[in-house]
Amino acid sequence: MLRDSDRVFTNLYGAHDWGLAGARQRGDWDGTKGLLEKGHDWIVEEIKASDLRGRGGAGFPAGLKWSFMPKQIDPKRPHYLVVNADESEPGTCKDRDIIRNDPHKLIEGCLLAGFAMRAHVGYIYIRGEFIDEAHRLDAAIDQAYQAGLLGKNACGSGWDFDLYVHRGAGAYICGEETGLLESLEGKPGRPRLKPPFPAAVGLYGCPSTINNVETIAVAPTILRRGGAWFAGLGRPKNTGTKVFCISGHVNQPCNVEEEMGIPLRELIEKHAGGVRGGWDNLKAIIPGGSSVPLLPKAICDDVLMDFDSLRAVRSGLGTAAVIVMDKTTDVIAAIARLSHFYMHESCGQCTPCREGTGWVYRTMQRMVKGEASVEDIDRLNDVVGQIEGHTICALGDAAAWPVQGLIRHFRDELEARILVAKGGLSSARFSLTPGIAAA
Amino acid sequence: MSGGEANGGAAFAFTPEVMARAKAIIAKYPPGRQASAVLPLLDLAQRQNGGWVSRAAMDHVAEVLEMAPIKVYEVATFYTMFNLKPVGRHLVQLCRTTPCWLRGSEELRYAAQQELGVGLKQTTADGQFTLVEVECLGACVNAPVVQINDHFYEDLDAESFRELLRALRRGETPAIGSKTGRQCSAPASGPTTLKEIGRG
Repeated sequence: MLRDSDRVFTNLYGAHDWGLAGARQRGDWDGTKGLLEKGHDWIVEEIKASDLRGRGGAGFPAGLKWSFMPKQIDPKRPHYLVVNADESEPGTCKDRDIIRNDPHKLIEGCLLAGFAMRAHVGYIYIRGEFIDEAHRLDAAIDQAYQAGLLGKNACGSGWDFDLYVHRGAGAYICGEETGLLESLEGKPGRPRLKPPFPAAVGLYGCPSTINNVETIAVAPTILRRGGAWFAGLGRPKNTGTKVFCISGHVNQPCNVEEEMGIPLRELIEKHAGGVRGGWDNLKAIIPGGSSVPLLPKAICDDVLMDFDSLRAVRSGLGTAAVIVMDKTTDVIAAIARLSHFYMHESCGQCTPCREGTGWVYRTMQRMVKGEASVEDIDRLNDVVGQIEGHTICALGDAAAWPVQGLIRHFRDELEARILVAKGGLSSARFSLTPGIAAA
Repeated sequence: MSGGEANGGAAFAFTPEVMARAKAIIAKYPPGRQASAVLPLLDLAQRQNGGWVSRAAMDHVAEVLEMAPIKVYEVATFYTMFNLKPVGRHLVQLCRTTPCWLRGSEELRYAAQQELGVGLKQTTADGQFTLVEVECLGACVNAPVVQINDHFYEDLDAESFRELLRALRRGETPAIGSKTGRQCSAPASGPTTLKEIGRG
């Protein structure tokens, strides 16, 4: 298990003062000026050396992303740092804890990352529902300004850096980085075609980099302790620590920071009190937020929690939001709920997604009741395959993957539900009504 | 904007206090990029207007930001947090997505419907409560979760939720956050980590 001394988010649960005084006690804002004096490129190289991969879901190497920003500033095209705090991936609630309990880690990270990419302005785009959290973040930013840590000559470094909070208004699609930029510009959050990538043409047409809250908030600790320290945790190319969110049918749902590559079973049993009714009562787990395919118990038994291990079993680490379902779960209904989510959140721009997500949800509703034919399962698989990869952004893929995972691992259950509805099997084993899990 | 209610309603303009806040928000964005302030200004308008944005409120935001009104309507209709019709004093938003559903969000829905005597998307006759379902609120390890106006109420069950609604009806201000009293997202029986404060 990760030692407390290697944990980055030492106030994850808000046991201590979130404010500047408490943050300084925990080591935040310690020697920030000295880090800035080492220069833009030193910061980028140190983040590269840490092998930090983006914590928002895609897992793109953060240092590499920062290095895409132009090395010279065109006076007409200022650089922007944009922080994605539009935390909306079902199962995910880690950035909320960072913002409300450790906000100065994020703010200091914004200064360091902003400086590294030669940006004088940063925006933190926080989901609209996080109203109390946005107030907390604003208050922490005010503290940083008053202490001279932000603004003109931030930390006495000679670099000017302004940081603003921007609240969204309820749209999952704004968590997609170019949808977020559109929203920040005052428009509906409809994702943009890439290329051009934001590092070339981003916010207001200027060079921009968008990073998840956790990615930015771990940066100061990496720079203080060294990229090699972070790279020494976890496994090669899957380094460091990660905040996991464990929800659903566990005895003690919680967030916890652990080492990348921790076995899924150990994560749940050490921190979340185990699966309700014991490990053998496990049915399936969605390991990385609603968008990634679920895994049946047999795979959960020994899979490791990192990008490459989960990819190898055709799922993904995503946001590291672990949604646990025990044997009382109607897994078809659980996935049908997610299909409703993607239908609701589709921005409507691309036909395969706009039309497809609605069709998929309606079909999934029939699958829940068994009012379908076995051929419909193949048709469903075919249709989600036609959404996947045929849209501007990844929401189409995200709508497809949970259904593909269901068909891959629980096809027998889908077929049995259909047979029961037709009267061909005893319904004793396969309840027709979506189960309401007892809490 | 075809609804009668959205077209009706009184004239709308920001009060001087709200206008001062609007100007401070606009100053966060580069000159000429004031349209970036459309979401926060619509939020201010909704708050001043008693919980919903009327056509007149949208037109006022358009005027303040020098935007074509249609651009503001497009934004107001795209984002779910803007109410285009009047809502009750307490907007009760039940999270319906899978992590909350696994922990009993359906039971909360039944409890709310019984307690309030209304269905989804309906407002109680006294104008106190509007009940809606929303997608994932992002507090999944504290499921099931309900957002009422600005605040999250977490770790609910049918009984604690009923009591919460009753307290609101009595005009009280119930504590926000976990109803079981646990600390944020820590395991209910206490943290398994961070037992000593360390340096970040």
